[in-house]
Amino acid sequence: MTTPARTPGAVPRQDTGTDPARSAAPVVSLRGASVRIGGRTLWSDVGLDVGAGQFVAILGPNGVGKSTLLKVLLGVLPPASGEVRVLGTAPGRAGQRVGYLPQRRSFDPSLRMRGLDIVRLGWDGDRWGLPLPWSAGRRDAGRRIAEVVELVGASGYAHRPIGRLSGGEQQRLLIAQALVRRPELLLLDEPLDSLDLPNQAAVAALVGRICREEGVTVMMVAHDVNPILSRLDRVVYLAEGGAVTGPPERVITAETLSRLYGTPIEVLRTSDGRLVVVGQPEAPARHTDRHTAGGRP
Amino acid sequence: MTGALAAVTAAAPPWAAWGGAFGHPFFQHALLAGTAIAAAAGLTGYFLVLRAQVFVGDALSHVAFTGALAALAFGADLRIGLYAAAVAVALLLGGMGTRGRADDVAIGSVFSWILGLGVFFLTLYTTSRSAGNGSAGVSVLFGSIFGLSSAQALTAALVGLGICATLAAVARPLLFASLDEAVAAARGVPVRLLGFGFLALAGVCAAEATQAVGSLLILGLLAAPAGAAHRLTGRPLPALALSGALAVAEMWTGLAVSYAVPRMPPSFSILAAATAVYAATYLPTLRRRPAV
Repeated sequence: MTTPARTPGAVPRQDTGTDPARSAAPVVSLRGASVRIGGRTLWSDVGLDVGAGQFVAILGPNGVGKSTLLKVLLGVLPPASGEVRVLGTAPGRAGQRVGYLPQRRSFDPSLRMRGLDIVRLGWDGDRWGLPLPWSAGRRDAGRRIAEVVELVGASGYAHRPIGRLSGGEQQRLLIAQALVRRPELLLLDEPLDSLDLPNQAAVAALVGRICREEGVTVMMVAHDVNPILSRLDRVVYLAEGGAVTGPPERVITAETLSRLYGTPIEVLRTSDGRLVVVGQPEAPARHTDRHTAGGRP
Repeated sequence: MTGALAAVTAAAPPWAAWGGAFGHPFFQHALLAGTAIAAAAGLTGYFLVLRAQVFVGDALSHVAFTGALAALAFGADLRIGLYAAAVAVALLLGGMGTRGRADDVAIGSVFSWILGLGVFFLTLYTTSRSAGNGSAGVSVLFGSIFGLSSAQALTAALVGLGICATLAAVARPLLFASLDEAVAAARGVPVRLLGFGFLALAGVCAAEATQAVGSLLILGLLAAPAGAAHRLTGRPLPALALSGALAVAEMWTGLAVSYAVPRMPPSFSILAAATAVYAATYLPTLRRRPAV
């Protein structure tokens, strides 16, 4: 994939993103990484290599530190031990080469800012000073924003106030915001959470398409693997002691998960190909809540 | 008919009165300081409204009163007290709230106590320094923009200009941090530093605006133009500029009205103009909804 003009001001970065280098070096690599918050170790001894263009799901019970893994990759939280590399540098150094979608944000319904303005924040929101009205960068910005809004299928409502849009519409615009600077790595934190089933499927398809057609590496924290199962290259199952990574059909098995959590776990496959993990150490009330809320048959 | 026309022409043309206004140093000073203060308040107010921190402006106005009177009570320049108190408390509020955003309970507890302290200093000042200016309390509370010296006006203009320049420089990152803190932080925007810096700037702005419209009425100058701009356009940078422009226009209107009708104090005219514009932004919604 060629990636022209990553920066709206066009300062060439030292990494030119040449294809051989990208395919050889992993986009994300962790070696013996562990993370500690408030004296408690969330996970430890996690090793992981994610290649360019892969679609990876980060799975595990609530509170195991799935979102924390993304924060480590973003460089917002330093690992307690081990080595973490993102796009060949230390976490947090890759700047706009990493796109990030945090866990569900909702906008105040009275916020009159348009979807386009929210996408634009992703383009030049981190730049100091004011844009000059006659600069060439302004045209580039307009073109790229229109392009990415088209890509996520939000052209029909991107000019409307963001507070008035539905959850699925907001989510697409936020994905556009994360994509607007052509990142090589996209970190998504539960993007399907609190969407209804048709929107879950549509957003999952969109993320799969971005990964396949734009060549963006995607790491997605998911509570339920089923909407993205058919599109995944690999899954990372996190547990306190470590993590198992690999293709979904090899990781999401009774044997692997029972060994990971040290407790008997069953993996059931429904007639339509969905996977149901039974017995993983998770607060049961919350689990059923989520499922009934999602209106699952 | 011709007689009537002649009478109209013979009477002073309307602009002659304004020529007279611009000839008065007090009006020149008020215009210079007022313009800069209004622009600064308009831009600061836009972000206060966006970040749901308008209440900070209210707290700061009480603090400004107390700071000014404390300075007077101890025999110092009123402005030293104004700036020191407003900036210190703005930073304190930022520190009490999480991640550089002041929260409501913190503001509520601090600001009534501070107002009480202001009353204490007022008493101290009027009893111990009977030689001093007896109306100082009133002028701090309600402003005295027609009473600024040329040095005061120049200081106000420079400070106002500084606030505007700083806000223009940080406008986009501050906007990003206000709307989308987590993503902004991930992209390397110093979210926390910006939060504190902005509150300090709001403190400076409140201290400055106290000299024009008085501590009790700052909130109007901070909130009304910004609220109107937020209602008139959803585009962030045009809304920011509009907020500043509205504040300046309202300041000019207020000054002109108070010059023409001397019985109207300028603080009242300025805030009346600001409130009228804000109220006018609701007219289109009223017309769309038929009377029940």
